[in-house]
Amino acid sequence: MTRLMFEEIEKNKRNSWILISLFIIVISLIGLLFSYFYDSYTILLVVIFFSIFYSVIAYNSGDSMILSMLGAKEADKIKYASFVNSVEGLSIAAGIPSPKAYVIEDSALNAFATGKEPSKASITVTTGLLNALNREELEGVIAHEMSHIKNYDIRLMMLAVVLAGLVTLLSDFFLRSFLYRKKSSSSKSKGGGIEVIFILAGLVLAILSPLIGKLIQLAVSRQREYLADANSVVLTRNPTGIINALKKISMDPDPLVDSANKATAHLFISSPFRKNTNAINNLFSTHPPIEDRIKRLQEM
Amino acid sequence: MDIYLILLIVVIAIASLFVIVYNGLISLKNQAKNAWAQIDVQLKRRNDLIPNLVEAVKGYMKYEKDVFTEITKARASIMSARSVEGKAKASGELSNALKSFFAVAENYPKLKASENFLQLQEEISSTENKIAYSRQYYNDVVMVYNTRIEVFPQSLVASIFKFTKMDSFIADESERKNVEIKL
Repeated sequence: MTRLMFEEIEKNKRNSWILISLFIIVISLIGLLFSYFYDSYTILLVVIFFSIFYSVIAYNSGDSMILSMLGAKEADKIKYASFVNSVEGLSIAAGIPSPKAYVIEDSALNAFATGKEPSKASITVTTGLLNALNREELEGVIAHEMSHIKNYDIRLMMLAVVLAGLVTLLSDFFLRSFLYRKKSSSSKSKGGGIEVIFILAGLVLAILSPLIGKLIQLAVSRQREYLADANSVVLTRNPTGIINALKKISMDPDPLVDSANKATAHLFISSPFRKNTNAINNLFSTHPPIEDRIKRLQEM
Repeated sequence: MDIYLILLIVVIAIASLFVIVYNGLISLKNQAKNAWAQIDVQLKRRNDLIPNLVEAVKGYMKYEKDVFTEITKARASIMSARSVEGKAKASGELSNALKSFFAVAENYPKLKASENFLQLQEEISSTENKIAYSRQYYNDVVMVYNTRIEVFPQSLVASIFKFTKMDSFIADESERKNVEIKL
């Protein structure tokens, strides 16, 4: 193992802890707001307990949550023999236990890896990707994902999806229920205070969730996509596979994975959203432009 | 008094450095052993698949005795080989024999339509890939190990505890994938 990789692993483990702590703090702040309003410490305690409980679940089974959220199914060993075999082969090359192979029925060309550590990891590809790529290109993509697994990128990304996802969900919930209450409150005019709390909690979360998203993007830096591309070449000893695969992926007219949303975007090998040539969008996007990645690989 | 304290600290520092270096070398050596075991697993897997392959194609390819004998011969020599070098050579021979077998099989359209044969072909070619990958990993680890026991201060520990260089698994030239990387 190289020193660079060792540093990457340490950084990812540290950032995972920071992310969990941030999550617990943010949720507890919301709890504090409610407990202040209702003048009851029990609420705060319950909320803190819940946030810790949810973090433990997110850490241990965030990957299964993501896989079922995206509708991924374990790959059939006979139907998808070449995919399953390539995953096993490249895990041998990387010197890690073989991850599980999953498939999403979707015509988009995309792939991602998730899990809390290399021994409990999985690689998922879309059926569209399996149809479009030849074996050499598929191995390039799998080797790219294998690098994310070996680096513990998967742990940080998994936590980012599951924890930030809940924050977004809660913020939606508070804001929506505020709007709903506003409509129905014309008949019953009591309980004005709770509205204030709901909108306050919703606003705090609404402001925080993009902020957290930004932090995650800083942590899940775009640098690691370049690194994974380079490691793919190291593993397969073949730059052509990943280059051609990226070319095909970039030409995919509809890279949208139907079940993907903003929270799961940075999991994928290429952004699962429609390409946007807008410079600002590019600046804040989860992925570096594919053309740039291909150029770097060609210069290797 | 002071001088003894300093001496003690120096001795402890050197001793712990020794322990760290020694443990590092041991773990690397074990990693290489595991990598070697992985190659062995894949070689065995391929050997186990060959009788199935012969069984599956016997009916179709009666007149291709030469290819079969070559495959069986190479298969037997892998099982008898003990050294890294011997295994590498035998494995390369079997890979070549299999390659020419599948080339010959191209001439039998009936065979290529057989589901069973296609499955076996996928199994064997992916096992070939796994052999290549396990070999690559083994060589990577052995290279790191061999370098480490040569550089100071690891070389000191290595010579005291008799860590010797390990052989890398060098593939037959014809077997190597035709890939050129500029790094």
